[in-house]
Amino acid sequence: MFAGLDPVVLARAQFAFTISFHFIFPAFSIGLASYLFVLEGLWLKTGQGVYANLYRYWLKIFAVVFGMGVVSGVVMSYQFGTNWSVFSEKAGPVVGPLMAYEVLTAFFLEAGFLGVMLFGMNKVGKGLHFFATSMVALGTLISATWIIAVNSWMQTPAGYAINAAGQFVPGGSWADIIFTASFPYRLVHTVIAAYLTTAFAVGAVGAWHLLKDRANPGARKMFSMAMWMAALVAPVQILAGDAHGLNTLEHQPVKVLAMEGDYHPSPDGAPLILFGLPDSEAAEVRYELSLPHLGSLILKHDPFAPLPGLTDFPREEWPPVHIVFWSFRIMVALGFAMLGIGLWSLFARYRRRLYEWPWLHRAAVVMGPSGFVAVIAGWVTTEVGRQPYTVYGLLRTADSVSPLAAPAVAASLLAFVVVYFVAFGAGTYYLARLMARPPERGESEPPHLPQRAAGITPASGVTAPFATKE
Amino acid sequence: MMGFDLTLVWAAIIGFAVMAYVVMDGFDLGIGILFPTFKVGEERDQAMNSIAPVWDGNETWLVMGGGGLLAAFPLAYAIILPATYPLMIAMLLGLIFRGVAFEFRWRDPGHRAFWDVAFTVGSVVAALAQGMTLGAILQGITVENNAYAGGWLDWLSPFSLLTGIAVVVGYALLGATWLIWKTEGSSLRHAQAMAFRLALATLVALAAVSAATPYLAYEYWRRWFEMPGVLLTAQVPLLVVVCAVTLFWSLRRGHERLPFLMALGLFLLGFVGLGVSLYPYIVPPAVTIRDAAAPEESLSFLLAGAIVIIPLILAYTAWAYWVFRGKVGTHGYH
Repeated sequence: MFAGLDPVVLARAQFAFTISFHFIFPAFSIGLASYLFVLEGLWLKTGQGVYANLYRYWLKIFAVVFGMGVVSGVVMSYQFGTNWSVFSEKAGPVVGPLMAYEVLTAFFLEAGFLGVMLFGMNKVGKGLHFFATSMVALGTLISATWIIAVNSWMQTPAGYAINAAGQFVPGGSWADIIFTASFPYRLVHTVIAAYLTTAFAVGAVGAWHLLKDRANPGARKMFSMAMWMAALVAPVQILAGDAHGLNTLEHQPVKVLAMEGDYHPSPDGAPLILFGLPDSEAAEVRYELSLPHLGSLILKHDPFAPLPGLTDFPREEWPPVHIVFWSFRIMVALGFAMLGIGLWSLFARYRRRLYEWPWLHRAAVVMGPSGFVAVIAGWVTTEVGRQPYTVYGLLRTADSVSPLAAPAVAASLLAFVVVYFVAFGAGTYYLARLMARPPERGESEPPHLPQRAAGITPASGVTAPFATKE
Repeated sequence: MMGFDLTLVWAAIIGFAVMAYVVMDGFDLGIGILFPTFKVGEERDQAMNSIAPVWDGNETWLVMGGGGLLAAFPLAYAIILPATYPLMIAMLLGLIFRGVAFEFRWRDPGHRAFWDVAFTVGSVVAALAQGMTLGAILQGITVENNAYAGGWLDWLSPFSLLTGIAVVVGYALLGATWLIWKTEGSSLRHAQAMAFRLALATLVALAAVSAATPYLAYEYWRRWFEMPGVLLTAQVPLLVVVCAVTLFWSLRRGHERLPFLMALGLFLLGFVGLGVSLYPYIVPPAVTIRDAAAPEESLSFLLAGAIVIIPLILAYTAWAYWVFRGKVGTHGYH
């Protein structure tokens, strides 16, 4: 039934599907882990019950998000071998150790302390529990660092040699492999994206409950914290994105030209195309709406700087232009919308109407999922923009795939789609239900039977170190 | 590096990771396999909660096995995964259902029955797929030009079915003995009754796999039965007998920790047996660990970190287990 399909396309579809789904969860759990770290730290410092309640409120959500991140992540660690075995064999000696370091330094750290973080509030002291939260938060950041190092090496490979078997092998210094040209930009841009994603999710939940009850102290606190993040971090993200774009122009010009929709060279400075329909057959953007010279101003910081066009490069080097053109615009538009909300909240704060401005709250609710969409759009931009290569300029995607027949890949893709929609669909629904419930005084812990330590009479709830004083 | 065989060290580390996975996630999956036999309510809640704080760490060893294989033996990773493609996909999907059920069953009491079924089916599928993968590797994989060259159902055989069932039964034994350690009341009594039957079944399965393996290839036969190696290899079945006797004795006497330790012992011996059969091959009959190994720079770079970090991981994992030591309470959750 699937015999007519191209196994490479199917394998790419499968990777794109599984990693896009997976990426949603870490983008949230990186940010949430840090948020929980801040909440517990503030609670320990100030003793204000509102922080303890918010901690427990978001901890229950974190447990669900993290669980989905783990199971979808295990899939990723095997996707490389099942569908991209040639890539694995050729690039394994270089990227394999980085991924193994991710497991050793991050996954174990997160998993090892997660149990105590979720269920150990009454079993260890406050300080030790805070330590567990810190380790989970640190683990998420270490994880991001290693996997971005891997991705950056695939985008801007360096520090390698090629051996007799055609494998990429370390060329001498591991620092060259880890700290590639695009790594610092990509890491900063991605981690900030995770923080912004979380800020807008938290902000939307706070806003939703403010719309119902302006006096809820938990809703007020979380909304205020989220809006500070939006106001302070969204502009930083736009600057970081700009720097990342300049870096990409230097190392992967074809990708940037596809993002911009610049088919033809612009010797006197490129326009900024706002909208249009890229048509790679005809090498033109139909129904183009553009602002003159602004493209060069952004990319070269000089309105009259010349820029090449896609037609300066062979067609077989072009990524699918229409995809990156649009995904890039979605990401940028959402970035500016986030900035808008951040500025609006500053104004509201200045007017002392942060908790009393329903339109701001409604806008924040609408923007709740914006971070997730922006993160996926950004990921699509950079990954589809890397095509037609897995290791940029060196190993083609078509030459990276496993020796599998189309029906096998199609059947597994179908299975992934069905299972992900059932499992993660239900998970998303449970998350929405948790978020729809307002934060309360005496917020409960994640559901769990209290475990009785040997020789200690169970007294959970009585000696709870998280007893709320509000 | 002179006088220091990096390849062998990495084979040992990956072996350790796989073994750690098998024993730790083994009892988690075993509880999933046995789940339908527990009464709805307290028995099931207790069983689930005895593993809720640790399952994630346990499953991480599987990621370590996969990631470590990619890093240290990329060729083996690139051959075994396509060769066992449907098994790998089934295992991953099974682990998804198993993993999300931990949280979802609490979140949605109205559909708890559904997530309990998902927990069991996910656990059975994952365990069966892991066992069949083992069988598929043991029976040999067709390799040409450093790539898998067989069909996409080559892994399916009576032998791989046998190893699949053996692993399911063995995991269930681990799960039952874990619950003997961690629960009390009716759950404890139920686990004891199950453990007795499962111990019998595990020994039968172990014997069947051991008897079938030497017939797969003369090489296996030679390793196990030729003099003078047999003097050494014979210790493995002898120790299995010692473990088995101790296991039955401890179950009969109502010991609460010893049965789990003896079940672990059986798995460890089974693993040693595998090592005897396979070494030095990683993908029999064509690829040895030396053929598949990554270059020395990759192995030594990773080893430098691993020798420091793995002991740390073991230390904080042990601490996490210690925090949740003792019996799971029978009081209602809050």
